[in-house]
Amino acid sequence: MELNQLTIKNAKGGLKAKKFSSVELTKACLEQIKKHNRELNAFITITEEDALEQAKKADNLASQGQAWETKPLLGIPIALKDLFSTKGMKTTAASNVLKDYVPEYDATVVKKLKDAGAIILGKLNHDAWGHGASGENSDFGPTKNPWNKEYVPGGSSSGSAVSVASDMCIAATGTDTGGSSRQPASFCNIVGLKPTYGRVSRYGIISMASSLDSIGHITKTVEDSALFLNVTAGKDANDATTSSKPVPDYLKDLKKGIRGLKLGISRKDLENVDDEVKKPFLFAEKQLKDLGAEIIDINLKYSDYAIACYYIIQPSEVSSNLARYDGVRFGSVRQNFGEEAKRRIMLGTFTLSAGYYDAYYRKAMQVRTLIKQDFENAFKQVDAIISPVSPTLPWKLGEKINDPLKMYLSDILTVTANLAGIPGLSVPIGFSKGLPVGMQILGQQFSEAKLFQIGHAYEQTTEWHKMKPIL
Amino acid sequence: MIYKTVIGLEVHVELKTKSKMFCGCSADYFGKKPNAHTCPVCLGLPGALPVPNKTAIDWCIMIGLALNCKIANFSKFDRKNYFYPDLPKGYQISQYDQPFCQKGVIALSNGKKIGITRVHMEEDTAKLTHQGDDSLIDFNRSGVPLVEIVTEPDFETAKEVVEYLKKLQQIVRYLGVSNADMEEGNMRLEPNISLRELKTQNSKLKSELPNYKVEVKNINSFRFVEKAIEYEIKRQTEILNVGKTPVQETRGWNEDKQKTVSQRIKEEANDYRYFPEPDIPPIRLSEFQISNFKSQMPELPDLKLVRFTKNYGLPRYDAEILTREKELSNYFEEAVRAGKTFEVNAKQITNVIINKKIDIENIMPAELIKCIVISKKINILDNKKLSEIINKVINENPKAVNDYKTGKVQAIGFLLGKAKQHFPKGDANQIKIALEMKLK
Amino acid sequence: MKINVPHVAKLANLPLKPEEERKFEKQLSEILNYFEKLKEVDTKNVETTSQVTGLENVTREDKAINSLTQEEALSNTKSQHNGFFKVKAILED
Repeated sequence: MELNQLTIKNAKGGLKAKKFSSVELTKACLEQIKKHNRELNAFITITEEDALEQAKKADNLASQGQAWETKPLLGIPIALKDLFSTKGMKTTAASNVLKDYVPEYDATVVKKLKDAGAIILGKLNHDAWGHGASGENSDFGPTKNPWNKEYVPGGSSSGSAVSVASDMCIAATGTDTGGSSRQPASFCNIVGLKPTYGRVSRYGIISMASSLDSIGHITKTVEDSALFLNVTAGKDANDATTSSKPVPDYLKDLKKGIRGLKLGISRKDLENVDDEVKKPFLFAEKQLKDLGAEIIDINLKYSDYAIACYYIIQPSEVSSNLARYDGVRFGSVRQNFGEEAKRRIMLGTFTLSAGYYDAYYRKAMQVRTLIKQDFENAFKQVDAIISPVSPTLPWKLGEKINDPLKMYLSDILTVTANLAGIPGLSVPIGFSKGLPVGMQILGQQFSEAKLFQIGHAYEQTTEWHKMKPIL
Repeated sequence: MIYKTVIGLEVHVELKTKSKMFCGCSADYFGKKPNAHTCPVCLGLPGALPVPNKTAIDWCIMIGLALNCKIANFSKFDRKNYFYPDLPKGYQISQYDQPFCQKGVIALSNGKKIGITRVHMEEDTAKLTHQGDDSLIDFNRSGVPLVEIVTEPDFETAKEVVEYLKKLQQIVRYLGVSNADMEEGNMRLEPNISLRELKTQNSKLKSELPNYKVEVKNINSFRFVEKAIEYEIKRQTEILNVGKTPVQETRGWNEDKQKTVSQRIKEEANDYRYFPEPDIPPIRLSEFQISNFKSQMPELPDLKLVRFTKNYGLPRYDAEILTREKELSNYFEEAVRAGKTFEVNAKQITNVIINKKIDIENIMPAELIKCIVISKKINILDNKKLSEIINKVINENPKAVNDYKTGKVQAIGFLLGKAKQHFPKGDANQIKIALEMKLK
Repeated sequence: MKINVPHVAKLANLPLKPEEERKFEKQLSEILNYFEKLKEVDTKNVETTSQVTGLENVTREDKAINSLTQEEALSNTKSQHNGFFKVKAILED
């Protein structure tokens, strides 16, 4: 196995045991980037020199016996979605508007990752501003799915999923406003986490829709996901919407198994799922049952309204959040917004405008309450809910690009978690037609530990997550 | 035709908190190097988020309480969306339908009550200066806490407006929450003025407001507000008299030209697309917290004035002067306390403070009392007693009197000494003069 | 449902090309038609959700901390003058 193929856990083990150095590990990743980035277009910015320098420092710290306790990611090369502000490092939001923007500050999560000893390899491509489910809305070109380069890798965290799936880095950050971490993870056969709203600080991460944005990450295993969240989670004095609930050790209950846990499935919501996806999902259901979980049918009454609800709230907030891009203090003029950003600005401006606010935004915020209650009721019966991440397999590049509504509808299974503020973990559950399929595990707010417990138990009985694309 | 003037007021008061409303930058921007008090939050950099300043919220609530408002149990921030180069985020964080304070009232000296519609919290914009073809932007002011106080259209004259404004200024200064300096821009006013035709005997029409209003900006003194309102009344009367309706617009007061001028005729449809600020959780206040605020309120000028007239037996005029500024009223009361031991009464202190225009920053209240005591002792030598004593001294010391009269003027020192024995603390000068008078 | 695209674009301060206007008019009206289904939901007496985790009363102490330097504040602008950001004059006298 090549060094760049390692998980965080194994890389850490190797570094600790001095089997290899962080410089070697970092070089392996950089090599892989050089080999495949041109074709896959996962990175917007690669910071080779800086990364190697940081790796050297990490090796020094490690040799001085620096406590791994305080630096759980010491020497681990990762990459950041280009929505994460990085001091002195270009941060573009994958948009021409910000193509030369260099932040004067680090996002809280970036600071935490750096403090934890992580090596930043560069900034990852994505749908500009986080707007999209295919990665095609980047102003710097689409990212390709490593499993089949004619297919989309999902979005918006396209580069995050692709860089991890193709072993260009050990893990990557992502954001998830309506599925942007979970869906590309499922399209690329890796693990994606959307934490509870407010569990991870949004400060310094370019806002998409403030009431929905969750800061997630993409890893090769569930255990890595838990390890990563141990670093990023927690109250931030700079983000008033972060929770002050204590952060548990997410690794603690990881291996507890799932015997006796109740898992809910909303059968109604499977009706719109393609067979290629449904089949692996139903098989996963059986595997979970075999592991001792009890499957219970639940009813999410308002899930049919989730897309309408989401595509009112989200563009409304987008229209306001993108108002600061006026080319005065940074960036360039508003004409340079890409088509999807313009579309959402228009839609959101309209749904907030005089005479329409009540019928759209306010109504959607009420329906949001009903959707949230749906989940609260369901979680009275079950410990977690499972469903496919996407109703379809990855689609071909260009297939939906001219039909925004069709593109929006592909978010049907993921947006509910954002509306309800609950966490969701996406794990690989197999392949159809050579393309990956993912399952998401949804839990109550702040139940990430339980999601890891379920995901890890499932992962231990399958080999899917170990499958690597042939590049 | 006769018109009745209808005036409502929007006043913005900038709070003197240490830091800005939503970030830790210093809120003290006046005269500072441009763009040196900014950070990602108040510059509106990508990804930056606001966290509200607790003190600013507390102070907004205190202003509301001082204006007899109802304090909301549940309140939230909203985004007011519009584009202007002084607004870094493309929206201002303000409060829309659930402000901290609503429905207050304040009484003018003529007994008239002015309704306070609302008192809410928002953030200031950057400062724009226009220079030739360019506008220059300084974001030091961006995000400074601003409290907006909106009245009902209850004013009928410029005088009423000015009285209200002075009162408001006095209140916020009493609360210690703002310098409320008009020239420095800590207190900004926007009167909206319109006229309605006075039709007698038609009660239905009487309650109707005019179908337009003219907002006047750029007023930075009480004098200007008076002039601007009077100018507008005249201007609008002339328009109405020829059967037209004044244009609904924003005008600015031009001091050089002594008139208001139209600012932006191309008034864009004001569609601010307010929605709840998702970056800031709402604020909930329990009745307990609200009553806590109430109990912490300092004594306000109106009540203090009443107390001064009652407790110290001062005439209203004097009490008004003493309570105009909190510092002076505190000084007065401290002096009263210090004066008790020396039998200096409030009345005497008042007279000295008002007539002598005491520099309260440099003379401590105790010192003032000392001065009063000394001057009081001088005055004690009433002329009747003094002349008795002097007569006595003259009679008892014929030699010295003779010496003096024959040209040995220094003999007066001996006589003075004798007289002073009777007034050990008396003013030597006064005695000397009285002696000389007698000896002439 | 039809959108007055030029009006909305003006509100959004978003200059659009004529072909964009045409495209958006069609696409947005399709999307708005889809939203019509929300009308089926009875939301009478339903509260809105804007803080999904129910947080309230999050404030910070009034303490001043260091700001960016003027150079840092201006580091990303293309138009400055004597420490100020500079834009084309916005008020004509």
